[in-house]
Amino acid sequence: MPEVLHMPSPYSLSTSLRRPAAQAHALAFAICMQGTGYALEQPTPSAHHPTTLTAPASRAGLGEPLSTQELAAFDITIFPNGRGLPPGQGSVAQGRALYATHCAACHGESGTEGPAARLVGSDGFIGWNDLLRPLRIAKHPLLVQSVGARWPYATTLFDYIRRAMPYQAPKSLESDEVYALSAYLLYRNDLLDEGASLDATTLPKVVMPGARKTVMEEQ
Amino acid sequence: MSPPEAIPNHGARRRFLQQGLALAGAAATAAKATPIGAALPTHQRRPGNADLPYGQPAPFEAAVVRTESRDAGFSGWRTPLQHQRGTITPNGLHFAVHHNGIPDIDPTRHCLMLHGLVEQPLRLDWERLQRYPMVSRVHFLECAGNSAANALSPFAMDLPLGHLAGEVSCAEWTGIPLSILIDEAGPKSSAQWVIAEGADAGSHARSLPLKALRQHGLLALFQNGERLRSSQGYPMRLFIPGWEGNVNVKWLHRLEFSDTPAHTKDESGLYTQVLADGRIQRFALTMEVKSLITRPSGQQTLPDPQGHFEIEGLAWSGRGRIARAEISLDGGQRWADAQLHGPVLDRAFTRFTLPWQWRGQRALLMSRATDEHGHIQPARSTWKARYAAHSFNHYNAIQAWAVGRDGRVQNTYA
Repeated sequence: MPEVLHMPSPYSLSTSLRRPAAQAHALAFAICMQGTGYALEQPTPSAHHPTTLTAPASRAGLGEPLSTQELAAFDITIFPNGRGLPPGQGSVAQGRALYATHCAACHGESGTEGPAARLVGSDGFIGWNDLLRPLRIAKHPLLVQSVGARWPYATTLFDYIRRAMPYQAPKSLESDEVYALSAYLLYRNDLLDEGASLDATTLPKVVMPGARKTVMEEQ
Repeated sequence: MSPPEAIPNHGARRRFLQQGLALAGAAATAAKATPIGAALPTHQRRPGNADLPYGQPAPFEAAVVRTESRDAGFSGWRTPLQHQRGTITPNGLHFAVHHNGIPDIDPTRHCLMLHGLVEQPLRLDWERLQRYPMVSRVHFLECAGNSAANALSPFAMDLPLGHLAGEVSCAEWTGIPLSILIDEAGPKSSAQWVIAEGADAGSHARSLPLKALRQHGLLALFQNGERLRSSQGYPMRLFIPGWEGNVNVKWLHRLEFSDTPAHTKDESGLYTQVLADGRIQRFALTMEVKSLITRPSGQQTLPDPQGHFEIEGLAWSGRGRIARAEISLDGGQRWADAQLHGPVLDRAFTRFTLPWQWRGQRALLMSRATDEHGHIQPARSTWKARYAAHSFNHYNAIQAWAVGRDGRVQNTYA
C-alpha cells in the first residue's frame, strides 16, 4: 500500500497563492522579513529582483513566556555599575590562598607567566618589573595584555571568574571566594591595598587604568 | 610544523598514463587472446568498494585537514586554505576557536531565552524554533586574530597558508533572522545593547549593539545544509555577517537586553585593539577587506614542467562585496587585475585567478582586494603604523609570497 503524500506541487502552490487568503499569508511572511536586511523575493513569476516591503514586522508568536524562576539560574551577567553582583565579601589575603590553589597552575605564580592569559602587569611585550618577559612569552605570543592594564571595569573580574573559572570546574566557587580572588588580582595590579576586602558596593568603585584609554568604536 | 607541501605533480601522472598506453599497445599486437585487464590499473580489474552512511574524502586527500594552534593559550583549529579551491569551506574543515572546549548539548534540553529590557521575556525551545521562517546566506567567518603571526612577528615566519591565516572560512548559513525573535520579545526604548551568551563551560558572552543585531543578526541552525557541527555551536549559534568570529556566539542560549554593554572578559582584553598611541579600541567588530593568494602559497613548490601556472586566491570584506582583486608579481610595483569568479556575494569569499608563466625566475607575489565601498587593503607597514607593536587583531594587510628560483614559496614581508 503506497503512502499518500500531502505535498502540493509547485504548480498547485503557485495557484493557491492567487487566492486572497494565501496572498495574505505570503504577504505576512514577507512583511515579517522586512527591515531585517533580509529582503524576500515576491512569490510572483514576474519578480526577478529582491523586493523590500515597508509594512511593520509581524510576529510568528511561538515563544513562551519566560518565568523569573526559570531564568534565575542563568541570569549571571554583572554590569560595570555593579548590577547583578550578589551579597558576600572577600579579602586580598583570602584571595592569595585561593589563587595558589585554583589559578597559579595555568596563570603562573605571579599571574604573568602563562600559559593562560596574563592577569598582572603592564600592557605589551615589555613588563617593567619583568625584563625577561619577551623570552617568557615567546611560546605564547598573544599573552601580551593584562587585566590591570587593559580591562576598563573591575566588575568583569567577578563576572568572568564566577562564570568560567577555574578552568576544570567552572561555576564551582562561592561568591565570597570570587570576591576574594577579584580583590587579590586587583591588589597584584597595584589597584587595591593589601588589607582590603571587596563586596558588591566597593568592587564597582575600583578605577581601572584601561577605562581612561578606551576608544569606543561606533557601529 | 608540517612538512613542505608539493603542488600535485601532473607530469608523473602523464608518464604513468603513457607507459600504460605503450603496454596496452604491445599486448594488443602480441596476442589478441590476452584479457584486456592485464594492462589496466587494479581499480579497473576488481569490484569497487561500498559507500558509507556519511561520506568521507578520498583516502589520498588525508593530508587535507585542519591544524591546531595553541599559541594563544587556547585552542584554534585552522582551515587549510591552501587546499581550498572554491568559495565554500567543507564543514569538517571550517575553522573554530575554543576557549572552554565543546559542550555536549542535547537539543531537546536546550532553549533560547530573551530577557532584560523587553516587554515579554521569552523562551523558545528547539521544536518551536524549527517552525520560524528561515533564510540562507553565504558568508565568510573570520577570527579577529586571524594572521596574528604576520601582525606580531618581527620576521616573516615560514609556514603554510593555513597555519598563517587559516582562521577564516566561508559557508552557507541557514537560520532565523534575529529581528523576528527580537520583535516578538519587544525591546523597551531604553534597550541599546544585547548580551549574547553561550551554554558552554565558560558561558562565553559578548555585548552587541541592538540596532545592528536586529538588522544583520541570524540565529543559525544549519551550515552547508546540515545541522551545525558541535564545534560550530550545535544546536544554535549567533551569526552576524562580517563581524569578528568571537561575537558569533556558539551554543547560544541567552540574549539579555540592556542599556549598556556588560564589558565581558573578551571585549575587555583579548578582543580589543591597542592603537599606536596606547589608547584601546573597543567594539571595532567589522572584519575589513582582505585577500590571500592561496596557490601558490607558503611552503609550496611550483611544479615541473615550468610554464603556465594559474595563480589563485580568495578575497572578502566584512563591509560588502568584493569589487576588485589585483595581483602583483614584483612586490607591488605593478598590479594586474585578476579575474573575479562569481557569484560575487555580500560578505562572502570571492575566488580570483590570474594566469602566469613561471620560468624559474624569482617573484614576489601579492594580492590586493578592494570592496564595493572603495575600502582597499593596506600595506603591512601602513597597518603596523596604526597599532601598538603588540596589537594583532583585525590584521588585513597585503600578504606577500616570495618565490625562489627553485620554485619554493615562502611567507615574506614587503
